[in-house]
Amino acid sequence: MSTQNLHMYRRPEALLNVRTHYCAGCGHGIIHKLFAEALGELNIREETIVVAPVGCSVLLYNYINVDGLEAAHGRTPAVATGVKRAQPNRIVVSYQGDGDLLAIGTGETLHAANRGENITVIFVNNANYGMTGGQMAPTTLVDQRTLTSPKGRNPQETGYPIRACELLSTLEAPAYIERVSLHNPGAVKKTKKAIVKALQYQKEGRGYSFVEILSMCPTNWGIEPAAGADWIKTSMVPWFPHKVFRDRPAEAAAAGGKAS
Amino acid sequence: MKQGIPEIDKERCKGCGLCIANCPKNILEMANDINSFGAYYTICSDESQCIACGACSLMCPDAAIEIILKREVG
Ligand SMILES: Cc1ncc(C[n+]2csc(CCOP(=O)(O)OP(=O)(O)O)c2C)c(N)n1
Repeated sequence: MSTQNLHMYRRPEALLNVRTHYCAGCGHGIIHKLFAEALGELNIREETIVVAPVGCSVLLYNYINVDGLEAAHGRTPAVATGVKRAQPNRIVVSYQGDGDLLAIGTGETLHAANRGENITVIFVNNANYGMTGGQMAPTTLVDQRTLTSPKGRNPQETGYPIRACELLSTLEAPAYIERVSLHNPGAVKKTKKAIVKALQYQKEGRGYSFVEILSMCPTNWGIEPAAGADWIKTSMVPWFPHKVFRDRPAEAAAAGGKAS
Repeated sequence: MKQGIPEIDKERCKGCGLCIANCPKNILEMANDINSFGAYYTICSDESQCIACGACSLMCPDAAIEIILKREVG
């Protein structure tokens, strides 16, 4: 009797062997890792082009071994549209924060979704503007304190947090819309599945796929990383519920199964 | 019961502690030492108790933890 050791978990190959600039416990790191794993699983690393946003993840293409380009703040879906139309055989991913996607880039977000562009949007919702030091974002929760809402967000003054998935679900064209989160290992597993599914759908030419990921920003929230993960669960999830809002390919498969 | 070895790359670790908070066996802890970047890092206090669940490697934002599965053969 002897023991044989094998790797159960290995760093994904698509993740470059460099140290990221992210703060300790930042959700962007987890999402980069999952994205890199998904690229490996689907074997699409070489054909993928990622459009990086303005925000903390602005250097995304330095961490993941794929082709990438940088868009102006909020314009990633527009740039991704152009790239995909010019290079329809490439997998095009628009990676965005909440300030990028729902504030300065609301128009691009809505119209790319409405046109049903065959791209994948990975939306990192950390309830504030991380890169610039933690200002209020459209997704900041009611009463949440940020740099620009020091007494807590007051909905009389600044409205209520916008729910991106629900908003996009009112459109006809999107093929896949899901909200997931990073608050514990089980949730992280589900997040990975959602990213894989979205990329798979794009590969199959099913149309627009959108994955919203509730992520932690412990530095700007002013709490420890583990407390940040708990805060997602206790504060963010009640307002931003986990849900598959749209899954056209699965619905079609289910309907087809019934008919036959 | 599965048996594992968490391999922690201390130079990648930023000491966020997400792995420590999510280890079901409570065998991870922060070292009383810093790496070359000046960050505290995670160590495993008792590898014999690791069940190779993968919770730590799933939560790690810096992909600093690889899990090796021990298997009896022969
Ligand atoms: C046109 C323009 N306006 C404003 C800024 C300043 N700015 C840089 S990042 C950012 C917000 C980023 O927040 P978010 O998209 O939530 O991403 P995070 O950093 O939280 O990941 C802003 C407003 C800019 N760079 N360009």
